[in-house]
Amino acid sequence: MDRLSGTTAGQARDRTWPRSLTQVPYWAFQDEAVYRAEQERLFHGPYWSYLCLEAELAKPGDFCATFIGEQPVLVTRDVDGEVYAFENRCAHRGALIAMADHGHARDFTCVYHAWTYNLQGDLTAVAFAEGIGGKGGMPPEFCMAKHGPRKLRLAVVHGLVFGSLSNEVPDIEEYLGEEILDRIDRVLGGRRPVVLGRFTQMLPNNWKLYVENVKDSYHASILHLFFTTFGINRLSQRGGIIVDSSGGHHVSYSAIDRSAAASTEYSEQRIRSDSEYRLADPSLLEGFSEVGDDITLQILSVFPGFVLQQIQNSVAVRQILPRSVERTKLNWTYLGFESDTEEQRLVRLKQANLVGPAGYVSMEDGGIGGFVQRGIAGASGEYATVQMGGESAASSESRVTEASVRGFWKAYRGAMGYDLADSPPDDTRPGRHRRARVSRAGREDA
Amino acid sequence: MDNSVAIGRAQARYVRCIDDGSLDDWPGFFTEDCRYRVTTADNHRRGLPAGLIWADTKGMLHDRVSALREANIYEPHSYRHMLGQPAILAESGGEVESETSFLVLRITGGGPTDVFASGRYVDRYVVRDGEALLRERVVVCDSSEIDTLLALPL
Ligand code: FES
Ligand SMILES: [Fe+2]
Repeated sequence: MDRLSGTTAGQARDRTWPRSLTQVPYWAFQDEAVYRAEQERLFHGPYWSYLCLEAELAKPGDFCATFIGEQPVLVTRDVDGEVYAFENRCAHRGALIAMADHGHARDFTCVYHAWTYNLQGDLTAVAFAEGIGGKGGMPPEFCMAKHGPRKLRLAVVHGLVFGSLSNEVPDIEEYLGEEILDRIDRVLGGRRPVVLGRFTQMLPNNWKLYVENVKDSYHASILHLFFTTFGINRLSQRGGIIVDSSGGHHVSYSAIDRSAAASTEYSEQRIRSDSEYRLADPSLLEGFSEVGDDITLQILSVFPGFVLQQIQNSVAVRQILPRSVERTKLNWTYLGFESDTEEQRLVRLKQANLVGPAGYVSMEDGGIGGFVQRGIAGASGEYATVQMGGESAASSESRVTEASVRGFWKAYRGAMGYDLADSPPDDTRPGRHRRARVSRAGREDA
Repeated sequence: MDNSVAIGRAQARYVRCIDDGSLDDWPGFFTEDCRYRVTTADNHRRGLPAGLIWADTKGMLHDRVSALREANIYEPHSYRHMLGQPAILAESGGEVESETSFLVLRITGGGPTDVFASGRYVDRYVVRDGEALLRERVVVCDSSEIDTLLALPL
C-alpha cells in the first residue's frame, strides 16, 4: 500500500514574491502561515531530507529516531541488511513508536496499547485483537496490512541516508546533479565514517536564516575573525562557489593557493584581520590533506536542510530542523573514518574546536540568526538585499558573492508556489524619511 | 588537610573566576599537563570522544580565552555557577577522582536569567600541600541541547 501521494497543499498564500532574486521579503521569516505551508510543501513535498548516517545503523536492529521537518521518522536496519524508514507514529492513536534517538530493537511495541511493528514498519500484532473471553476485540474485518505508519522513499548516498514523504521526488542522482554528487563523493566516497560525537544547538531564529548563513560565503571571513586572524580561508585563496541548476544545492570551497603572494585586500577593507594574535598551541591547525588534494574547506548544502562540511580536518554533517517560526534545531554529527590513524583521529578531535556550538569559526553563526530575527521585527513589509556578486544564482570563481543565497530563494519560491511580482521601487514605499513632531500643545506637524 | 576540603576550595575559586573574576586566570586551575572537555551525557555514555570544547594542553585553554577576547563575536553574557558538594570517588598518591554536580544560569545582555546547563564535573585532581589542581576535567552536560552558543567555559 502506497500512501506517499505528495503534497496536497495549495498555493502558499495570497502573497507574491519579488521577481528579482536580490530581494527577500522579511515576512518569510516571521509568518506562521508560511511556516505551516513549508511543512506541507517542502518537508512533505518532492524533496529529499537527510535522515541519518548509514554508519549509525551498523547492525540489524539498529535504529535512529529522526525528523523530516517536524515529522518524526524512524530509520532502521532489518535482519535482511537493508535500511527502512517509516513515520515514527503509531497507526492506532498516534503515539511515538520509539522514543530513544538511537537504539537497538528486535521490533517496536507502542507503549500506549502495545501495537507491535517489525523493523520494516509493518503492523504485526494488536494487543487483545480477539478480545477477552469472546468479548471486545477488533472487528473481524480489521486488516493489519492496511494499518501501519507511512513508509518513506529512501536513498543512500555515500553513507548519507535521505528520505522523502513524496513519491514525486526525482531520483537522488537527478535531484543532486553530478557536481554536487562529485563533491559528496570527494569527502565520503570509499570511506567508512565513524561518529565521534553528536551535539544539538537550538537557534533563536527561523530555519531559513541558518540556511542562508551556511550558503553565505561573503560573511565567512568577516564575521568569523578566528580564521582570518590566522591567515586561513581568506577570500583571496583559490576557491569558488558551485550552485546547481535548481539553485537549492551549493558547494563553497577554498584551497591553498600555492602561488599567491601576500594580499593587501583585507587591510584595504579595514576588516580586522591582521592582528598579531598567535595561538599558544598552534597544533590546533596542524592537520593533514583530507583526501589528498589542496582543498581545506568545502561546505556543501542540499535543499532544503542538509549540510556536509569539511573545515580543515573537521568533517561533520548538519541537519537543520525547523521547530517554530523563530526556533531551529541544528544537529551536528562529527565524523572520523575507519581508516584514520591514531594521529589523524587526534587532529579531528582537536579541530572539532573550530565547529559546533562552541566553535572558533562557527559560534557566531549561533547568534547571528537571532540578531536578524530581532532586527527585522516590525519590518515585515521590507526586504533583505542580496546583490553581492550580481543578480544571478550561478556558479562563480569568486567567493565574494551571494549567488548561492539567491539560489536558495530561487528554489524556495518555486517550491512554495509563489506568484512572482515586481516589487515597488524603494522611493515609493511608505514611511521613508517622514517625521512627525508633536508640540507641547499637542498639535502635530508632519 | 582533607582532600575534599582542598577540592571544595579550588572549585569555589574556579567558578568565581568564570562568573565574577577574570577568565585569564581560568587556565591556572589546571596542571601544566592537563585535559579539558565539554560534552553531553549522551556522548559520555556512548563513549563518543568528541567535545564541544576539547583541549589536551594548557596552551589550548589559554587559546580559548584569547579567542573569546580577540576573535569571537557574541552577545555579552555572564554565568552563575551553583555547585554541589564534591563526591570523592578514588584517592591514590596525591591524585583524586571526584564528581561534582553543577547548575549554570546564563544572564544575557539586559535580558533575563536562564537555566543554561546542568550536569557534573568528572574530575581528576592533583593535590599537593593542600592545593588542588585539575589534571583532567570532563564537563558532562545533562542535556544534549545547547541554547544558541557556548562561548564562556563551564
Ligand atoms: S497509540 Fe499506539 S497502541 Fe495505541
Ligand atoms: Fe558562518
